[in-house]
Amino acid sequence: MLNAQSLKIIDKAVAKYPPDQKQSAVMAALAVAQDEKGWLSPEVMDFVASYLDMPPVAVYEVATFYGMYNLSPVGKYKLCLCTNLPCALSGAVEAAEHLKKKLGVDFNETTADGRFTLKEGECFGACGDAPVMLVNNKRMESFMTPESLDKLLAELK
Amino acid sequence: MSAMLKLEVDGREVEVPPGSTVMDAATQLGIFVPHFCYHKKLSIAANCRMCLVHVEKAPKPLPACATPATEGMKVWTQSAQAKQAQNGVMELLLINHPLDCPICDQGGECQLQDIAVGYGASESRYTEPKRVVMHKSMGALISAEEMTRCIHCTRCVRFGQEIAGVMELGMIGRGEHSEIVAFVGKSVDSELSGNMIDICPVGALTSKPFRYSARTWELSRRKSVAPHDSLGSNLIVQSKGSTVMRVVPLENEDLNECWISDRDRFSYEGLNAPDRLTQPMIRQGGTLKEVDWQTALEHAAKLLSDVRDQHGAAALGLLASPQSTLEELHLAQQLMRGLGSENIDFRLRQRDFSADGKRSGIPWLGMKVADIGRLDRVLIIGSYLRKDHPLLANRFRQAAKRNQEVNLVHVASDDPLIKLKTKLVVAPSDLPAALSRIVAAVAELKKLPRPAGITNLAIDEPSRAIAGSLVSGGSTAIFLGSTAEQHPEAARLHALAQEIALLCGAKVGFFGTAANSVGGYLANCVPGGAKGLNARAMLEAPRKAYVLLNLEPELDCHDPAAAMRAVKSADCVVALSSFRTRATEYAQVLLPVAPFTETSGSFVNTEGIRQSFNAVVKPLGEARPAWKVLRVLANNLGIPGFDFDSSESVRDVACRTADIPARLDNGISGIDLATAAGANQPASNALERIADVPIYFADAIVRRAESLQQTKDSREPRATMSPATAAKLGLSSGDSVRVRQGDGEAVVVLNLDEELPQNCVRLATAHPACSGLGPMFGEVSVERAG
Ligand code: SF4
Ligand code: FES
Ligand code: FES
Repeated sequence: MLNAQSLKIIDKAVAKYPPDQKQSAVMAALAVAQDEKGWLSPEVMDFVASYLDMPPVAVYEVATFYGMYNLSPVGKYKLCLCTNLPCALSGAVEAAEHLKKKLGVDFNETTADGRFTLKEGECFGACGDAPVMLVNNKRMESFMTPESLDKLLAELK
Repeated sequence: MSAMLKLEVDGREVEVPPGSTVMDAATQLGIFVPHFCYHKKLSIAANCRMCLVHVEKAPKPLPACATPATEGMKVWTQSAQAKQAQNGVMELLLINHPLDCPICDQGGECQLQDIAVGYGASESRYTEPKRVVMHKSMGALISAEEMTRCIHCTRCVRFGQEIAGVMELGMIGRGEHSEIVAFVGKSVDSELSGNMIDICPVGALTSKPFRYSARTWELSRRKSVAPHDSLGSNLIVQSKGSTVMRVVPLENEDLNECWISDRDRFSYEGLNAPDRLTQPMIRQGGTLKEVDWQTALEHAAKLLSDVRDQHGAAALGLLASPQSTLEELHLAQQLMRGLGSENIDFRLRQRDFSADGKRSGIPWLGMKVADIGRLDRVLIIGSYLRKDHPLLANRFRQAAKRNQEVNLVHVASDDPLIKLKTKLVVAPSDLPAALSRIVAAVAELKKLPRPAGITNLAIDEPSRAIAGSLVSGGSTAIFLGSTAEQHPEAARLHALAQEIALLCGAKVGFFGTAANSVGGYLANCVPGGAKGLNARAMLEAPRKAYVLLNLEPELDCHDPAAAMRAVKSADCVVALSSFRTRATEYAQVLLPVAPFTETSGSFVNTEGIRQSFNAVVKPLGEARPAWKVLRVLANNLGIPGFDFDSSESVRDVACRTADIPARLDNGISGIDLATAAGANQPASNALERIADVPIYFADAIVRRAESLQQTKDSREPRATMSPATAAKLGLSSGDSVRVRQGDGEAVVVLNLDEELPQNCVRLATAHPACSGLGPMFGEVSVERAG
């Protein structure tokens, strides 16, 4: 199901915990699986479950709890805009409107060319930089005014 | 033990052991604290917040279920602060809860409804739209059509994790997007799943078979006892008019705690099966016709006495199902003995009767059910524990989480969902040898001589591990399960278990295969004298006439093919049955008798507790309680001693409660421990059969329970073998194969199982698809079909 490279990283995560508590590595394992597959299909979650000796539904619980896990395929760039209160008060509402108009999609939708998926995020703990947006789970962008958004989008090919 | 804690709840003083919660203290005083997520048998989740109480010096109300009781604590459950908190939580819980009580199956028995009456406002202050949650599909037993009603207490999730031993439901999402689901595409398949319906405090999880068929307040309730496994779970059977509508547990901490298995809960559907026998029938000129009781009973009496007059009493035989009541078994054997025959048995799936006459008493659990949890070392021999004894399995599951080491020696690898210390899977023919090796290993560890017959045996790693576990305990028991009882060398397995027990100071116990496995012995429903034939002998040397009590020979006997041959070749078969069954093909007389809900009677469970119950509803059609039918039949035959006027009077003649303990004894003597080399070993190219009794095919009632028949456990049986064995035969998974045994065959799909012993094929018995096959153990051949 997952390639040798991914399994190696997962094994490393598993090794951090006592042998009878393999499931502690579930978040890391899901992240690795998602890096490889792009999203977490039921088959992938089922695989992670048996790999870590835990019930599939327990993996499902984790995968659905955290916004960074994709439970359906996403575009090349997943844009996750924080809409919690501090960001909302500092321009996130406007940023959201701008993104929606520019990309022609609503939250939880992907552009027709498969390039962008727009998502709503919860507080990233970076409220000082509000409004904040996370690109592909790993790259944090600060002060998302319409202008800086335009610049960013132009850059994401 | 450390000192008790003294605290005060609502101004009343109470003492609780350390580790108790405020909820425990309140419960002890009989003070009700409203709650949803708290359940005495489950871990503490403290997520509903309904149990908030006022605690002295605490700045905020605290959840009673999760707050440890401390010395000198002062708690108020109904102060203004507590009330305000409780009312507030109630209001929050109701924000999204639909107002569909009038069409909700839980209405009238809903914790949320009840508590809302006491703590809720009469009107909501919220005008926003309510949240909607999509319905879920969880299989044939649990309806999850209205998940909008769920209050996310996670009782169902915790039940799966902690009691059923398998987490099938989980809570996905977060915050107000949380939902209870099974994993994508999965159903809930646990054999204890129905308990989730009981513990769900709202109408989110409800009984699918019962759905929309009655309201709780229309039902009458009667206590009863489960007629399937040997535990004797206590039931409340609910009926409307003359129909049983639903079965729920009656709490009995010593036996079933507050649970029942799905078999005990949903088998009632079989009582209303379309093939219920509701009118006596006799065969005339080759065809069956319905007649009145008098005609049928006179005809039966005449046929039986004709056979006896022509062929002698030994030409008669009685086969009774161990699901029959004590009273029925007692009268049936008395009738047969009155006719002069000692061919009497209720141990239908047993193969080896060589222990008869060598046992010191009636085989039983060897202890109280509740004592299972106090053992610290256990060896279980030959048991499909989860499926044969769903709630005994739970006792071991809970104990294994504490300090009990459970070791299992079995012929199949089914996961008991119990943390096992050692699991050893061997071919049925190797079972005696495997136990002998454990005997040898225990002797070695104990530095005691090996018993005679076990001298030249090499000890292997698994036996050493099991022995090591057994000798290290303070309280040890060896249990024999159904497979051990049904094994062709059952007596030797019993004797070997006794040797292990003697060497390590353990007890021996039998799980027992059915509701009356102990009761059948007490009723003396076993062959007597030197000439009496047992269940096996009666079929291998067919009788001229049989009386059948509550059984389907092709499904309930060890060797279905031989059983069918015997009853078909008999001149006379008198079948007392609740269902039409295949008796319509061979019986001369069919007498409709009442199942357990329509008669009074008793079961004696595996711990030797005699539990009596009354009829819940009137017998269907012309069906009558079997004890009455047997009484009249005996009177027609002129057999004396049948002047009983109630089932209680039969019961007290059959066995008095006070006399039971003295008759229970698992001792055995005079059995040669040595197995001749190669005994039971099939010829080199043949395969050995491993047969289980699928949980929902174990007896006539459950076979007809429609919803249980739609579960995964009721799928068409498959032949299962190890990949190596399959490869040797050139077969692969998914092939359609023909399994031959004697003259019979079954065509089934092949499955592979890495853990199954080599040269074995597992194929269920007790299923119509396999009823043409022979014994549960022994030689079979397998080839590709078509
Ligand atoms: S389905 Fe019932 S038991 Fe399960 S979480 Fe919801 S309310 Fe609780
Ligand atoms: S509210 Fe957006 S980062 Fe904290
Ligand atoms: S019962 Fe205490 S928080 Fe739910």
